[in-house]
This record gives sequence, C-alpha cells and structure tokens, in this order.
Amino acid sequence: MSTDTAAYLSNVLVDAAMIVWAVALAALAADAAFAPVRAARVPVAAGVGGAEPAAAGVRGVASPSGAGDAAPEASTETGPDERGTTRWWGVGRGTFVLGTVVLGAAVVLRGLAAGRVPWANMYEFAITGSFLVAVAFLLLARRYDLRALAVWVTGLLLLTLGLAVTVLYVPAGPLVPALRSPWLVIHVAAATLAAALFTIAMVASALYLVRDVADRRGATGRLLSRLPSAPALDRVAYRVTAFGFPVWTFAVIAGAIWAEYAWGRYWGWDPKETWSLITWIVYAAYLHARTTAGWRGRRAAIISLVAYSTLLFNFFGVNIAFVGLHSYGGV
Amino acid sequence: MTTTQVRPADETPAAELPPLRPLELARWAWRQLTSMRVALFLLFLLAVVAIPGSIVPQREANPLAASDWAQRNPGLVPWAERLGLFDVYSTPWFSAVYLLLMISLVGCIAPRLRQHARALRATPPAAPRRLDRMPAHRSWTTTASAQAVLDVAEAALRDRRFRVQRGPDLRAAAGSGVGEALAAERGYLKETGNLVFHISLVLVLVAVAVGSMFGYRGTVLVVEGSGFANSPIQYDGLSAGSAFDVGDLPPFALTVDSFEMSFVPAGPAMGTPDEFVAEVTLEPSPGAPTQQREIRVNTPLAVDGTLVHLLNPGYAPAVTVRDGAGEVVFTGPVPFLPQDASFTSTGVVKVPQADTPDLGLQGIFLPTGVIGPNGPESLYPGLANPVLVLNAWQGDLGLDDGVVQSVYRLDTDAMTQLSEDGEPFRAALEPGQTAQLPDGAGSVTFDGVTTWVNLQVSRNAGKELALAGALLAVLGLLPTLFVRRRRVWVRVRLADATAAAARSDAAEQPGGQPPGPRVTVVEVAGLDRVESGEDLAAELTDLQAAIEKGIG
Repeated sequence: MSTDTAAYLSNVLVDAAMIVWAVALAALAADAAFAPVRAARVPVAAGVGGAEPAAAGVRGVASPSGAGDAAPEASTETGPDERGTTRWWGVGRGTFVLGTVVLGAAVVLRGLAAGRVPWANMYEFAITGSFLVAVAFLLLARRYDLRALAVWVTGLLLLTLGLAVTVLYVPAGPLVPALRSPWLVIHVAAATLAAALFTIAMVASALYLVRDVADRRGATGRLLSRLPSAPALDRVAYRVTAFGFPVWTFAVIAGAIWAEYAWGRYWGWDPKETWSLITWIVYAAYLHARTTAGWRGRRAAIISLVAYSTLLFNFFGVNIAFVGLHSYGGV
Repeated sequence: MTTTQVRPADETPAAELPPLRPLELARWAWRQLTSMRVALFLLFLLAVVAIPGSIVPQREANPLAASDWAQRNPGLVPWAERLGLFDVYSTPWFSAVYLLLMISLVGCIAPRLRQHARALRATPPAAPRRLDRMPAHRSWTTTASAQAVLDVAEAALRDRRFRVQRGPDLRAAAGSGVGEALAAERGYLKETGNLVFHISLVLVLVAVAVGSMFGYRGTVLVVEGSGFANSPIQYDGLSAGSAFDVGDLPPFALTVDSFEMSFVPAGPAMGTPDEFVAEVTLEPSPGAPTQQREIRVNTPLAVDGTLVHLLNPGYAPAVTVRDGAGEVVFTGPVPFLPQDASFTSTGVVKVPQADTPDLGLQGIFLPTGVIGPNGPESLYPGLANPVLVLNAWQGDLGLDDGVVQSVYRLDTDAMTQLSEDGEPFRAALEPGQTAQLPDGAGSVTFDGVTTWVNLQVSRNAGKELALAGALLAVLGLLPTLFVRRRRVWVRVRLADATAAAARSDAAEQPGGQPPGPRVTVVEVAGLDRVESGEDLAAELTDLQAAIEKGIG
C-alpha cells in the first residue's frame, strides 16, 4: 500500500468512525432516556465521616456484609443489576466498540502514511487522543460501572473528531526537523495518554456536580436517576486522575529532557511549558483537596474541572493564541 | 502536605481572644502557613501568577517577540516594565509565591518525617472496643480454640504483608474476652512515597536555583563561512546567573563551514523544513587540533559540558555596493530575517560614507520569488528562484550618534528615499545582476546567497540534580497514589453457641453447628486511612476464608 493510499484510507476511516459513533451516541441517548427507572434510592449518607462505604459501585465484589457494615449505603450505589437497560444499550455498546476499532485503524494508517508516530500535530493528537480516551474508557468500564458516562464520553469524542477533521486537519507529512527525536514518541505519547485519562475524570467530575446539585435540591428527574451516586462518581474521578497525574508528571519530565536536547535548556517558560506546569499544579491541588477535610466533594470536583480547562487551553489555546517554541505542525 | 482536621479553634469568636504575643503570633503564622488550606491557596496562586508570563513574551525566552510585543503595545510598556511582566519568573512577586510555597512544603515535611519515623517503629494501634463500627466488619463462630484462630489469623495477615501485633485485648467488652487480639497495619510505603515525593520537589527547586546561578546562555548569529570564539563579546545576547564567571566559558572556537537547509519539495507538505545541518570546524581550545563536527536540530554539539544548538536559520544575500565613482564601498553577505514560512526575508544594508551622504538599502529577499499583485512574495522556502528587491535611501544613517541601532532596520528619519521618474526607486535583482542607483549614487550588485544560523551556546548547571529529583518525585508518587494504608483487627471470644448464633448475623457454616455449648466467636474489622477502598470488604472476605481454611 502506498503512503498516499494509507493517508486516504485513514481519512476515510476517521469519517467512518464518526458515523459509527454517531449511531452509538443515538443508541446510548435512547438507552439513557428509555431505560426503566431504578427503585427508589435511599439518600446517600456516605462520605460524611470520611469513611466511604466499602464495596460500593464496583462490579464483581459481592458484599457479604456483617453487622454494622455499610450495607444500606451500598444499595444506593449503581450496581450492575440496579440500573435497567434497554436493547439500545447493546446497540450503543457494540457501535462504540466498533467505532473505537475503526478509529484505531485510522490512527495506525495515519502513522504508516506519515512514516512516523501519529501524534506530531494537532489533528493527529486529536484523533490519537480520542482513540486513547475510548480505549481507556472501555478498560475502566470493565472495573467501574460507567454506563451513565458513556453517552457523554461519546458526545465529547464526536465533538473532538469533528473539530479534528474540520479545523485541525493537515495532510500527512514528514516531521519538521525539530520534532525528529525519540522523545516525540515518549513525551507526546505520555501527554496524550494523560489527557485521555483526565478527559474521563472530567466527565465524571462534571456528572458529580450535576448529581450533587440534584441531590441537594432533592430533584429526581428520569435522566438524573440513572446517574451513579455522587460518591461513586467522585471516586471514579479521583481514581482516574490519580492514574493520570503520574503520567502527566512523566510527560512534563520527558518534555524537559527533550527540551534540554533540542533547545539547550530543560525549562525555559515557553507558554506550553508554563501551561503544562499550571495544569500540573491544579491537578496537584485537586489531589490535595481530595484528602483534605472540607474540600472533598464539590470543591474538589470544581478544581478538577478547572484543571481540565487549563489542560484544554494548553492543547488548543496556547497553540493558537501564543507564539512559542511549540508552534509547529500546522495549527 | 499536612492533612488538617477541622480545628475547633476556628469556631472561637476572635473578639474573646487576648492579643497574641509575638512568639504566639509567629507560631500562629507558622501553623497557618503550613496548613493544607494555605498550601492549596498557594498552589492556586502559583498557577495564577504563572499565567502573565505566557501572555506577555518573556525577554529571557524570546527577546525578539518581547520587543515586538512592546512595539505593538506602547501604552502598556511602562506598566509592563513596572510589574516586571517581561521577566515574570524572576520578579519579586513570583518569587514570593513560590518561596512561601516552598517554606510551607518544608514546614509540612519536617514534622511528618518525625511522625513517620515514629510510626515505622511503633506497633499498630490496639483493637477498638466496638469493631462492628468499623467500615468493614465480619463476625462468625467456629469450634476451633481461640489461640488456634489467632495463630492462623496472624500468619494469614503476615502473608498479606501486614505488620501484626498480638497482645492483650484491653478494650474488649467486659467479661467476654479471651484476653488477646491482633492489631495489624499495612501500607507504610504510602507515607514514605509521599514524603519522598515532596522532598524531591524541594530538590528540583534547589536544582533550578543552582542552575540559574551558575548557568549561562548566549546566542550568536553566524553567517555560513564565518565563525566565532566562545567569549562574551562575541555574543549577540548573553544571559548568565549571578554566580557565573566569564572564566568558566570553555575557550573553544567554531567555524560554520556550511549550513544547509532542505525543504519538502512537493506534495501536501511542500515547503515544510526537512533538514537543517551545519558542518562546523571546532577548535576545542586555542592551538588544539581542529575537529570536523556536525550540528543538527535535536543533536547539539557538546564541548566541555557546554552545548551548541541550532536555533533559527535564515538567508544572507551577498551584495556589493559601489559609489558614484565605481569604488566598492560595501561587499559581503547580509543576514536577512525570515518573516514567514516561505522565508520571505527582510534586511538592510548600511553604507556609511565619509564625505558624501550615507547610503541605506532596504531589501526583501525571496528564495523563490514572484512579484505578484500583492507585491513581492516567496512561494517556497528553498532557493528555486532567488530574488532581491531593494529600495534605496540617502542621507544620515545616524550611526555616529552613539545610539545602539538594530542592524535589521533602517532609521530613515534623516534620510530621503531615492526616486526614479517620480516613482520610488525599486530594483528586483537575480544573482549576478546589477542595478544602477538613481542620481548617480552608485550601483548595487546581487552577488549570490549564503545562509546564516543562530547558534545558542549554553550550559545548564544542576540539570542532573533536577532530573534525579523529578524522577524520584514520580517514584514517590506511585506508592502515594496507589498504596493503601489499612488497619485490620482480629478479636476472638468464647460464647454460648446459641447466643452467639443470635448475636452474629454472619452465615453459619452449613452443618457446622458446634456440638458443645461453648464456641469461639471471631470478629474481624478493617479500616482504611484517608479513604476506604472498594477492596476492603473483599480483603476481609479473603481473610475470613484464609482463617477458616487454616483452622480446617
């Protein structure tokens, strides 16, 4: 296969992935709208004393609770059997997986077409990052019950891909000399993976805030009742962020090592560097807030959203708004 | 950082407190500074004060962009200067925030180091009275003896890498105890990792401070075919730390024999830089044998711990200027600054004259030139059709005024533009062509094109320490985030079989009704510090299974 064919096929497959995910989005939205409402929930008392219910919201962990265990709270969590599903759920899950596979093929072909790793410009970052978000989401969904997040994650992925093919697209080409380094593989791969994880954490935190506000107001909408409990969402957000944070730290360090090779200094307050540090600081603040009395829950979720917005700004805003050493590879 | 509990002192009305004595005030301030709330606040503040430096170009990082910004925003310049916006990361206000954060960090680490050292030697806390109040709890009965259960449980906990303390069960409910219980704890590595992480951050900050004191960075523009010696006067710009000594510069000299730029010639990525290579002759020290070396983007040249990098490149059209009498008054390559991705470049030639008015040429160089409807432009950064477009000015260049001038701009205040037939004079030259200037002012010949490259000579002191600190920080992060500090207690007591069955709501062994009137009631409870994990219940279930298997 010639590189032109590969490049062309990659573009076609990205479009195909978007179509498949659009079907997934419709199916997941239908599932969210028509799934039977769960049994009445007991108000959540967990998280008040700092000790949260054990075995909550996790599949596969039966809770043969003894006396005084957190059994009453545990029943308010979204367990696998508590949330009813429709046939749309199966359609949504199947098409989501199919779209992920198609996008994976598109990413690989893009790499073949360009003869290098497929994350050297904003377009490639967007498609590779979307693929990683989808894969990370599928992996996490094996451990946590993330069905309520699926429709939001799919929507976000579609939006990202739409942005990628319309605004960010650049044809496949060789690397500019500045990017020809093994550190491109390490630094950008780590940054992309961390961004993918932070994206999922952001969705969980955003839904936490929705759930939290609804709980405070005593609202009980049809859609609301299908969200996992606030503590479960909070926990998913924390776990995924805790996984993403060391990866992001590593990405910044790998970037510094590369900068030492490429520009003769490991840290030079280039706008990209500055914003990656800002993102790091705000996520560090989130992790600290999460372990501090009076800051967990709503405040921590807000910090998580702030941190994610600095990440987004770093990836998109800095390239567009500021001139720096990271301005290459198209937009 | 310190995890603070809600302090009751916060709720005391301030009016009822007597005024603080200086020592108390200092202690109060210290407690505040090292509290988590303030640490969080300082973290946010650091993030916020870092932002201006990404908006206003920094002199240190990008001097050209900084002066460009100043020209575009003249009204803001006095304020920017006053606030140090061109050097945000060395301003007092930025330093104040990160120094406070560092003090807060150290003030938090020091007591925790002591506490953790004590905790590492201490025994796990004894079993509390009401185990059923713990987040996870199991209770069941067995016919095995209490001692046998404790023996098996102790072994099982040690297998699970718990630190186990077996001792008198002082807090058991009166009249029911056998007298012994197990207290176990695991996950000390979490706090160890956490401390390593925070100490490593201090290490990184120290390394950065040391680096900024001893490091230096100079840039020099070298035209192909010429060279420079590593000394401060040769640099176009030099920034160095306070402890840097000029004598520390390695005394090498370097000549750029050739500097080649190649670009993608066709296809969708046409015009994208493909490779920049400088072939250089290096003289490591005066009189030493020379070496042929190569510098590429991403592969700097290392000399005695100093790195030489390729920065931005450009073209230097070579021109020869003759005066009205035909005498050569200027000849040589003139570096032009690229303005866009196609290397449309601008530059000037300044020809001071002794007894006739000075001559100034303002030019646009096009590596692949076309003169289109929008004026001269370059279609491709490679040298496919080099064209040099020139305007000419006559008058006073202002070079004798003693004011430092940019070599890339012509100060035309005291000059007049030469015209021809009422139109400003303009010549578009290809290599080898000569244009006669109007009014017999002389002639300009476009001899050819060479390249130039900006080289950066730099040494970052302390970078190894910074790297070690950063990697250690990641290593410390992993146990901090993924290890769980967990306590487990095991208590046994003898009870009447029927009463025990009524009291314990755990499932009885099928067919395991004890024959005698007395059975052993086993209670196991678990507690995670910080936050209970989902696997706490699973751990207790496994532990129960292991105990039951162990006692047969």
